[in-house]
Amino acid sequence: MDHILELNNVSKKYKEFQLNNISFNLEKGYIMGLIGPNGAGKSTTIKLIMNLIKKDSGEIKIFGKDYKKDEIAVKERIGFVYDENYFYEDLNLLEMKNIIAPFYKNWDEEAFQKHIKVFNLPLKRKIKELSRGMKMKYSLALALSHKADLIIMDEPTSGLDPIIRNELLGILYDVIQDEEKGILFSTHNTTDLDKIADYITFINNGEMVFSESKDEIMNKYKIIKGGKEILTDDIRKSLIGIKEHNYGFEALTTNSVLLKREFKDEIIIENATLGDIMIYIVRGNK
Amino acid sequence: MRIIIQNGLNQPIYDQIRGQIKSLILKGELSEGEQLPSIRNLAKELQISVITTKRAYEELEREGFIETVAGKGSYVAAQDKELLREKKLQIIEERLQGAVIEGRQLGLTIDELYEILKILYGEVE
Repeated sequence: MDHILELNNVSKKYKEFQLNNISFNLEKGYIMGLIGPNGAGKSTTIKLIMNLIKKDSGEIKIFGKDYKKDEIAVKERIGFVYDENYFYEDLNLLEMKNIIAPFYKNWDEEAFQKHIKVFNLPLKRKIKELSRGMKMKYSLALALSHKADLIIMDEPTSGLDPIIRNELLGILYDVIQDEEKGILFSTHNTTDLDKIADYITFINNGEMVFSESKDEIMNKYKIIKGGKEILTDDIRKSLIGIKEHNYGFEALTTNSVLLKREFKDEIIIENATLGDIMIYIVRGNK
Repeated sequence: MRIIIQNGLNQPIYDQIRGQIKSLILKGELSEGEQLPSIRNLAKELQISVITTKRAYEELEREGFIETVAGKGSYVAAQDKELLREKKLQIIEERLQGAVIEGRQLGLTIDELYEILKILYGEVE
């Protein structure tokens, strides 16, 4: 396995919040979505990977190397797209690029010019005059112009309309075509990932819920609907985030096959989206 | 090559792809030695994940319909006897299905259809 990113039991404690034992791997050629509600620890995880904050314990390896000891070599090969603006607002795109490019040994001016053209970005416009979508695309153009093998994006789609989000997904598909690059992509907007993600890592309240291939997750978690009379204590135990209303209940389950066998036409089993899975698990059984 | 993915079906997407490619091969629309799109290209075109197309290709490979050459890509495999048999069986099923549908429209029972089939079977040496 060629893991380009590896986290083993990474923890970080703050006064009010802690991230506990986060572990996952990303292989090259694949896209991983990092999901969870606001404040779950997605951005903290990404900041830890980028060494913007210090971890308390655990291990982070990027391209098989220690992310701190080989920080410069490792960062040369990471393309980072951040949700907040970290550019000088008064510069235009060209001027800002001229500041950033020299930091990278492998800066590829041709690739940059190509992306600017494809993304339709106005090089002479000041950064503060760009729309949100343009800023994200500019950020992505920079990230894709220094031969990076790992693209890390923190909430790249937040605040963007569905058309630009879809355009971004098309770009990401292009990035992984050569089988050499991997993408880690955090979002609370799970519809972006329903299609494109190969793996999903779900963090809730600082804890890992799962890190698995999306197809396995979709196969495992199903929505069950039925009448409240079947909700015995035992059945309740096999359901997640039960929501009862006057006429019945809805819940998430990993036991859909057994439940269907037992209750047959009394219940309905439906496919869940990533959004459903997130909602039911976060709700839990209170 | 035509592949149409239907969302919200109980049949997983990888299985839809597997089934459709298999049927294209059986019908002869994809011929022996023909190159299939790469798993990443197919994922991009269909806007699904790479893992899903990979799984579909792996299943097709296991069933002997396609072959993958590392670093080169996947090709429609030479069809062996079993494959040919399956191909022919599928054609037979399709034709019988047509007969069954017509028979039902006429109100024939399965026994009456069976009688016809038995006579026909006996006639052909």
